[in-house]
Amino acid sequence: MAEALLEVRGLTVRYGAAVALADVSLQVARGEMVALVGPNGAGKTTLLNAISGVIRPAAGRIQLSGRVTQVPEGRQLFADMSVEDNLRIGAWSVRQRDPAAVYELLPRLRELRGRIAGTLSGGEQQMVAVGRALMSTPDLLAIDELSLGLAPLVVDSLAQYLRSLNRERATAILLVEQNVRLALELCPRAYVLEAGQIVLSGSAEELASSAAVQAAYLGGAPEPVPVASGGEDAEA
Amino acid sequence: MSALLQYLISGIATGCAFALVATGFVTIHRVTGVVNFAQGGFAILAGYVTFSALRAGLPHGVSELLAVLLATAAGGVVGVISIGRRGTPLLASLIITIGLGFLFYAVEVAIWGDQPLQFEGVPGVFSLAGLTLQRQYLLIVAGAVVSFAALLLFFNRTYLGKIFTACASNAYAARLAGINVTRVGIAAFAVGGLLGGLAGVLLLPLRSLTFDSDVDLAVNGFAAAIFGGLQRPGAALVGGLVIGVAEALVAGYSHASYQKGVSLVLIVGILVWQASRRAQAD
Repeated sequence: MAEALLEVRGLTVRYGAAVALADVSLQVARGEMVALVGPNGAGKTTLLNAISGVIRPAAGRIQLSGRVTQVPEGRQLFADMSVEDNLRIGAWSVRQRDPAAVYELLPRLRELRGRIAGTLSGGEQQMVAVGRALMSTPDLLAIDELSLGLAPLVVDSLAQYLRSLNRERATAILLVEQNVRLALELCPRAYVLEAGQIVLSGSAEELASSAAVQAAYLGGAPEPVPVASGGEDAEA
Repeated sequence: MSALLQYLISGIATGCAFALVATGFVTIHRVTGVVNFAQGGFAILAGYVTFSALRAGLPHGVSELLAVLLATAAGGVVGVISIGRRGTPLLASLIITIGLGFLFYAVEVAIWGDQPLQFEGVPGVFSLAGLTLQRQYLLIVAGAVVSFAALLLFFNRTYLGKIFTACASNAYAARLAGINVTRVGIAAFAVGGLLGGLAGVLLLPLRSLTFDSDVDLAVNGFAAAIFGGLQRPGAALVGGLVIGVAEALVAGYSHASYQKGVSLVLIVGILVWQASRRAQAD
């Protein structure tokens, strides 16, 4: 594997007496796209928050040799501020606050720059959320639920943007995604998190053809699902 | 007719000062969620400092500036103590501000005593439509207008100001963007101190200065602030003016002691109205 950008070892997170994550280990290499899938309440968001440094783990190590920025679940935009202000606030931790580079990657945002973020459609808001995270020029983009609540066509175009971001800027992506079909199609490697523990990991092909993943996440399809299939038929 | 005009003008002037106090409440509450009960104390502290600075022979302008700077610093200190520790529950922060308000009393009584003091504002009078009015009224209105313009520019046009708005809008997202929301909250307390201090140096020359006169300012300022649900500075400005004018009219046409009831009646009325609207929305 290439040089590790993110190395999580033996991570344990507790909320009071409840254990949210137990001894979780995970790696993301520079420029890699990795999916993290699992049912609701498995601890996916907790893992991202620990990696982003907004919650403190009870035990374990998180080694990051670069900058990570999270695109939170539900977009979490500054709803009463303009698109451009949302982007510029994303650049708080860096010197460069000109959104030109982000507009180049997501040209639609340039058209929307003056609009109030809260008035945009769900897909546009997700684009703003991704753009805002990119303003801090992260080496790793941690996305919490890219497709949640979005129409399949919108999800497709967002996935395209992530692909080109990954290809052109070598930004690594850690994608938490309910739509497992989409996740495995977009990311060559994946982890399955259940009840706070990594229960499976491997290449997208391996996971897509694993009986356990098929039964739990891919609707128990009798035949192996072709990895390259669109997956638009999955419910939003 | 001329009496009405007189009441209107004095009401607008005191209303402007209430609006400054109110905007302090709003600025702090928006970012931190805390209702700062020490808000009136900043004004009184600034009044006392101006009094002493003038006594010590410092000229007008310098004395007031010094007082406002100290009130700003006091705001920052109240912020550090009430929200500086991460994870302090909102209610605990609120109680801390009440406690610090009493600490203000103790310090002020220890230094300046408990007897009313008086300090001079702008001397002289001006005439308007046959009325003779104190020049200080003009200074209050001008000071408030400049402050509100500066505040508007700060929040809407500067990057730092937008960081305040971002923290108020979505603290979680602000934290993910790497913003230290606690530090911005403390800065909001300092801005609250600044606004309270400005209200103090502008309004208090017209009143006598005692350690506990902050209650009157805080109650009026709070009443003005809840016009906009403690969220909107513009509504707080309108609220301040409404209360200032209403109090001047009540004092003028009935009895001065009824004046204090105005803001209390308004607070109850607005809270009941807002609660009933919320009930309808549910």
